Amino acid sequence: MLITCPYCGPRDVIEFTYQGDGNRERPQPASQDLDAWNAYVYDRLNPAGDHNEIWQHSGGCRTHLRMVRNTVTHEISSTGFARGDHNAAARHKAGGKS
Amino acid sequence: MSPRRTETGGRIDRLRTIRFTFDGAPYTGHAGDTLASALLANGVTLFGRSFKYHRPRGLLSAGVEEPNALVTVLRGEVREPNIAATMVEIYDGLVAVSQNRFPSLAWDVNAVNQLGGKILAAGFYYKTFMGPVFGPLKGTRFWMFCEHFIRRAAGLGKAGIAADTSRYERMNAFCDVLVVGSGPAGLSAAKAAADQGARVIMTELEPRFGGSANWSGETIDGAPAADWAARTVTQLEGHDTVRLLPRTTAWGYYDGNTIAALERVTDHKETPGKGEPRHRYWAIRAKTVVLATGSFERPLVFPGNDRPGVMLAHAGERYANDYGVLPGDRIALFTNNDSAYRSALALKKAGAAIVAIVDVRPELSAEMRSLATEAEAEIVSGHAVVATEGGKALSGLKVQRFDMNSGTLSGDARSIHANCLLMSGGWSPTIHLASQAGARAEWNADRQAFLPPKPTQQQWIGAGAFNGSFSTVEAITEGRAAGLSAAGATGAPAAVPDVEATPGNPDPAPVFEIKAKGKSFVDFQHDVTAEDVRLAHREGFVSVEHLKRYTTLGMATDQGKNSNVPGLAIMAEALGKPIPEVGTTRFRPPYSAVSIGSLAAERFGDLKPERLTPMHDWHLANGATMYSAGLWFRPMIYGLAGETIEQAYVREARATRESAGIVDVSTLGKIAVQGPDAGEFLDRVYTNMFSTLAVGKARYGLMLREDGLAFDDGTTWRLGEQDFLMTTTTANTGKVMQHLEYFLDVIWPELKVTVTSVTDEWAGAAIGGPKARAILAACVTGTAVDNTALPFMGIVRGQIAGVPVMICRLSFSGEMAFEVYSGAGYGTHVWEALVEAGKPFGLVTYGLEALGTMRIEKGHVTGAEIDGRTTARDLHLDWMLSKKKPFIGSAMMDREGLIAPERLQLVGLVSLDNRPLNGGAHIVEELDAANPHDSIGHITACCYSPALGKHIALALVEGGKARHGTRAFVSDPLRKRFGPVEIVSNHFYDPDGSRMHG
Ligand SMILES: [Zn+2]
Repeated sequence: MLITCPYCGPRDVIEFTYQGDGNRERPQPASQDLDAWNAYVYDRLNPAGDHNEIWQHSGGCRTHLRMVRNTVTHEISSTGFARGDHNAAARHKAGGKS
Repeated sequence: MSPRRTETGGRIDRLRTIRFTFDGAPYTGHAGDTLASALLANGVTLFGRSFKYHRPRGLLSAGVEEPNALVTVLRGEVREPNIAATMVEIYDGLVAVSQNRFPSLAWDVNAVNQLGGKILAAGFYYKTFMGPVFGPLKGTRFWMFCEHFIRRAAGLGKAGIAADTSRYERMNAFCDVLVVGSGPAGLSAAKAAADQGARVIMTELEPRFGGSANWSGETIDGAPAADWAARTVTQLEGHDTVRLLPRTTAWGYYDGNTIAALERVTDHKETPGKGEPRHRYWAIRAKTVVLATGSFERPLVFPGNDRPGVMLAHAGERYANDYGVLPGDRIALFTNNDSAYRSALALKKAGAAIVAIVDVRPELSAEMRSLATEAEAEIVSGHAVVATEGGKALSGLKVQRFDMNSGTLSGDARSIHANCLLMSGGWSPTIHLASQAGARAEWNADRQAFLPPKPTQQQWIGAGAFNGSFSTVEAITEGRAAGLSAAGATGAPAAVPDVEATPGNPDPAPVFEIKAKGKSFVDFQHDVTAEDVRLAHREGFVSVEHLKRYTTLGMATDQGKNSNVPGLAIMAEALGKPIPEVGTTRFRPPYSAVSIGSLAAERFGDLKPERLTPMHDWHLANGATMYSAGLWFRPMIYGLAGETIEQAYVREARATRESAGIVDVSTLGKIAVQGPDAGEFLDRVYTNMFSTLAVGKARYGLMLREDGLAFDDGTTWRLGEQDFLMTTTTANTGKVMQHLEYFLDVIWPELKVTVTSVTDEWAGAAIGGPKARAILAACVTGTAVDNTALPFMGIVRGQIAGVPVMICRLSFSGEMAFEVYSGAGYGTHVWEALVEAGKPFGLVTYGLEALGTMRIEKGHVTGAEIDGRTTARDLHLDWMLSKKKPFIGSAMMDREGLIAPERLQLVGLVSLDNRPLNGGAHIVEELDAANPHDSIGHITACCYSPALGKHIALALVEGGKARHGTRAFVSDPLRKRFGPVEIVSNHFYDPDGSRMHG
């Protein structure tokens, strides 16, 4: 699998670390809503198809990417910085919770 | 002259004699021989015993698909089992042994299994051993009883136990066009692409490029095919943009057009060259892959088709033309297609007598008749072989009239005397890689074979026999077109090549099996017969995937390269369905066996990275015994002559508590946390407050995971308003760094903070003990180190021996102690100065063992206690959980299960029988061997405590705090250690901390 890092360009998957489902919403730090925390810590989508994921270019520039990857074909349809995109609507497009 | 070696011919180097042994007997061969061809030349026919029935087996093939002749190759103590003799190139000193025989290949006691064939039919294991339990010897219990004997009798080679000392490498490569296979199709594709200027890589699993051109006896563009191949290879070598990889098997087709390949670099050498790896794993990224992987000849299924001397027709031809070896001198052929006639003629020319060509087809073309005449062979058309004769070698065969349409036999059987039978059941394209890439094979009724589909995207292009185009002229034409197309050229391919070849129709008769009395093998390696397939059908297995698993057809190390299509055809007939409706299985990587070492490559052995502290050489020069912890090497003890490990660490710990000791702490993770929001960030990351920490002070911090469990601990030093130096445990450094980066990059991008790993930039030495301050005072300049200038958790900057240092007063040992940090390049210089200054004070160097001992005495936690299952409360660190702010894990840490009183909690243990305790031992309330009690916890760390004069341990015990002062027992059946302990507080030594506060 080739992943296109926004800084470094297309690089082998071996340089990256999977950092989990990109659809998770972290509650506000002071939130006492245990259901929301449980959902954030434990719930993971597992679609057969497009999935919104966070990866880190750990063997390169160390930036975090948000990308849409098809879990069946491994085709990556979009990649971009995870930074600053925490609550963006973009990640609801593919496999996101609505 | 060896009995089967021809006078001339072949591509072996007859001037070079090579000596090797097989099953202890010495043999000779020539350079260019495989183990198979060399043994065959010496008249060896028996190569192994079959998997289930221990039937004698000889060579079936001459290539990678060989199912029978599997051997174990020995290199010193290292043994590699299950290698096809056809793939082993001989070298001087090669030691190979046969497999699956006892006590010897010729006399095998388990061959008695042949007599009881019915017992070991399909599903034998399931039926006999997986049933319900009745009585003592039924079902699974019976299996447990018999397993030892069966495992010894059934199976393949024995794996060795000696460590593999070979070196393995990984390589990444990139190209425009990857050509897999170097027969006429592959060579033509590579040449066409290279001539267009494309970057080309060509892989060939055999030692020599050229594939069938090396032994077809054909003529291409006026030259012998082998010469044409050699000339093309020379032309390819002239291109800077071409890389040729012989002995390289492309075994996996992965996403993004990545091909995994295994190069056997030194397996064929007596002694590897300096620095050469044994195998090299290639990850090749290609814009386009040309699959020119050829095809496999299929065996025919008839009684006795596994007898030594029965071989694939092209294999016989290849042994003669490529290696100068005759598989027999009286050869019969049995075929359903034209290709065997060329083989017959080749063997005739090499000097064998062709006694008969038995063809299932009643009518033969005039061309085939004239080829048979040329080979002086009797044509026995409309007949089939119904039996073979002989023991460890073939002596003859029986044929009978055969009706191709009904599959029935008639008339009297006739005997033919022959010592070799060559069979051809048609050809199956080698579509494994295309199948791995997702292509669904399509049944072609003319070719009686599964052909690859037309590729939908320009991911791969097929050429030659891979496409079912079995003639050389088609292979070259398709290869050229594929090469041009892969290189992005639009021009028309060059003119049709001029090939002189024996004629032949590529379409076989649709005959796979001759049904007659006796065992007819479909899968030679797993001993699956045609009757096994039918039995499986009678028992209700209708899916091809289920059939495979029940009969184990195609599941041996050759993965059914020969047996797939015949097995499917027999299955289809049993089901009464056409073959395409029964379907084929999808091929998965690897195409052929891959060494695990090549996958591990530099992550193992001498290429594995090592992390050494700046003072590493000093430790070695001063008597340290080193200990590997992850990638790091750290001193374990600095033993004196004649000391045991325990004596050494007890001496080191005692001396530290009595005067002073110094230890290398450079391996601690160090992360610079800098920026205007650094304090705020640390408040969110740690359970306790850091924004309020004064500049020039340090604080012990605890991190939780998001789920509220403990994650890591360490001290963080505030060096400036916006400048913190965080330390982490050695083992967690990378994880903590990634944790911080994730939160800064993904969750809180608004925080103005940068984190930088500085572990390797600092050398650290911890010096502790009653004399530690005096030693510092003797060597530090530029700052005072008294209690006012350097209070507990204070930080000062000064110099030692002219080098700037940073000193923080903190303690892991429980003594008054200081951590002295300097630039990594000055680490040894500062260390030596400290050691020198400490001499008058009785300073000792101490290692990990004494460090661990003193931390156990103090009850400090490490990774053994912060094990991913414990909470801050379990470890009595709840005093660090701030109530003034949220932090990572704060919302989840108070969940019901995480605050339950019966959780495992940290305690201390004292051995009451004065014997050592063991890490990992369980704690129980009662010792009762007959009626063992449940574990209430386990030991995480243990030592002999010189300060207490007792064997002590830290442990995690259910409801541990409430048990202080009570008695329990260690129960360690593996190490046979049982005995009473007292549960106490984890703070064994100086619980109020008066020593470190001074
Ligand atoms: Zn990058």
